[in-house]
Amino acid sequence: MTLTLDIDKPREKKPVVAQTIFLAAGLALLVLAPLFFYPVFLMKLLCFALFACAFNLLLGYTGLLSFGHAAFFGGAAYFTAHAVKEWGLPPELGILVGVAGAAFLGAIIGYLAIRRQGIYFAMITLALAQMFYFFCLQAEFTQGEDGIQSVPRGHLFGFIDLSQSTNMYYFVLGVFIIGVAIIWRIIHSPFGMILKSIRENETRAVSLGYSVRNYKLAAFVMSAALTGLAGGVKALVFQFATLTDVSWQMSGEVILMTLLGGIGTLIGPLFGAGLVVTLQNYLATSEFPVTIITGLVFMVCVLLFRRGIVGEFYNSRLGRKLGFEHRH
Amino acid sequence: MTAALSEQNGAPRVVLSARGLRRDFGGFTAVNNVNLDVHHARVHALIGPNGAGKTTVFNLLTKFLQPTDGTITLLGEDITRMAPDKVARMGLVRSFQISAVFPHMSVLDNVRVALQRPNGLATQFWKPMAALDGLTAKADQLIRSVGLDKERNAIAADLSYGRKRVLEIATTLALDPKVLLLDEPMAGMGHEDVGMVAEIIREVARERAVLMVEHNLSVVSTLCHHVTVLQRGEILAEGDYAKVSADPRVRTAYMGTEEA
Repeated sequence: MTLTLDIDKPREKKPVVAQTIFLAAGLALLVLAPLFFYPVFLMKLLCFALFACAFNLLLGYTGLLSFGHAAFFGGAAYFTAHAVKEWGLPPELGILVGVAGAAFLGAIIGYLAIRRQGIYFAMITLALAQMFYFFCLQAEFTQGEDGIQSVPRGHLFGFIDLSQSTNMYYFVLGVFIIGVAIIWRIIHSPFGMILKSIRENETRAVSLGYSVRNYKLAAFVMSAALTGLAGGVKALVFQFATLTDVSWQMSGEVILMTLLGGIGTLIGPLFGAGLVVTLQNYLATSEFPVTIITGLVFMVCVLLFRRGIVGEFYNSRLGRKLGFEHRH
Repeated sequence: MTAALSEQNGAPRVVLSARGLRRDFGGFTAVNNVNLDVHHARVHALIGPNGAGKTTVFNLLTKFLQPTDGTITLLGEDITRMAPDKVARMGLVRSFQISAVFPHMSVLDNVRVALQRPNGLATQFWKPMAALDGLTAKADQLIRSVGLDKERNAIAADLSYGRKRVLEIATTLALDPKVLLLDEPMAGMGHEDVGMVAEIIREVARERAVLMVEHNLSVVSTLCHHVTVLQRGEILAEGDYAKVSADPRVRTAYMGTEEA
């Protein structure tokens, strides 16, 4: 099992070896990363990477462009923060509350949005996510402009102290790996095959008897739930949940990350998220506005690497040699 | 030629029928008062000049379009207001005028996707791809039956146009449909492919009803038991090929250009 989901049946053994090495190196890097980087930065990166991967399940593998994923990300952050702070739930249960809440929101928004296609689908998700934004602005439990502050990280399973940043980091890494593994499994399953066929040719899928709406809705809810996983963890990492995470800019940012990294590749969004988060972090202290830089990077990427960073690598001679095939 | 088209064992039963079918687009009536009976084990051709409404009739019958008026019955059940995927699950499966394959999937995967639902392997998001291995033998059999063995592992997008049409027929047959609607299955095909597809259609029609739109009148004359001619959305003539082709109105509609 490798992270490269774009090959269903590698024809030779060599690429599998190469990919296993890539995967092992990637994991080792993530395990050792806190020795070299600031853990909070890494955790932020992992949260956004998972967010982008979950988003890509919908965009890259089902062909649905949602412009409302901030509702699930920020919504889950609120739910988890509230559950942990007000109800005193342990972190693992708090995150589950966030996931369940995001899935519930996803079921409602998805149910209404999948009735339309293309740009109309995107606009409906945006409109519904904006409604949720205003709900968060007005609702009591979100504490309006202040957000939910000083959320305790608590003890994982009652005995691992997450206020220690190393513990927290490995917890986040664990959640990230589980999340990506779930996405990998969904994509490489009989169900994932049907999603792919819907992306490829929706009318044909209908004429083969697939109730496309149900499949789309299922994919939407799964994507929302996994986005909620990322959002819930993020609330614990930063110990707050605010309106930023439910705003439409957040929905735009995740699209940017996914496109930058390469839609339709499992690890593309990870790189896209890495790039955007790193830029934001390093430019946060400079006088130059971050949005202009990320905008420029985005333009350059769209013009030069239309498949995204990872997509272009897969498609390059080296990438093909290593057995990464990008069919998109 | 007509000898082969004569009735074989008594009156065949009607599996798909339309009564008073009508569809308006704004003020334009694309299809008007079409009555159609498609029989089991028969190949039924729907012909007519461009813009006659043949594809609209297909879209209406397969529920990709809602009729403005009229009723459609499939295997004794009223399907007039049913969703297209439900109709497909009942056994009415269509192909498209523009080849409908899944372009970035292999030939094998194209066929396996069609096999997944009938075999209850479509919703398992927790199972590995290996779960689909059980379908490979059946898929290979279908691929062989349409002569695509050599292209088995090719990506559908790389196939020639004619081969894509053949692949589409294989995926359609994967559903083991009771009624097959083929929209110009031979359009854009080379000579040898036309002969092969005609043979496939003849073969599958032994135990199924086939309704096809076709422009190749020599194919229609040898393959089809029954012909319905559409013109400006209405039925102009009906009957076996000899009768229809002798009809002066049909000759006029075709401007004498395609006499067989």
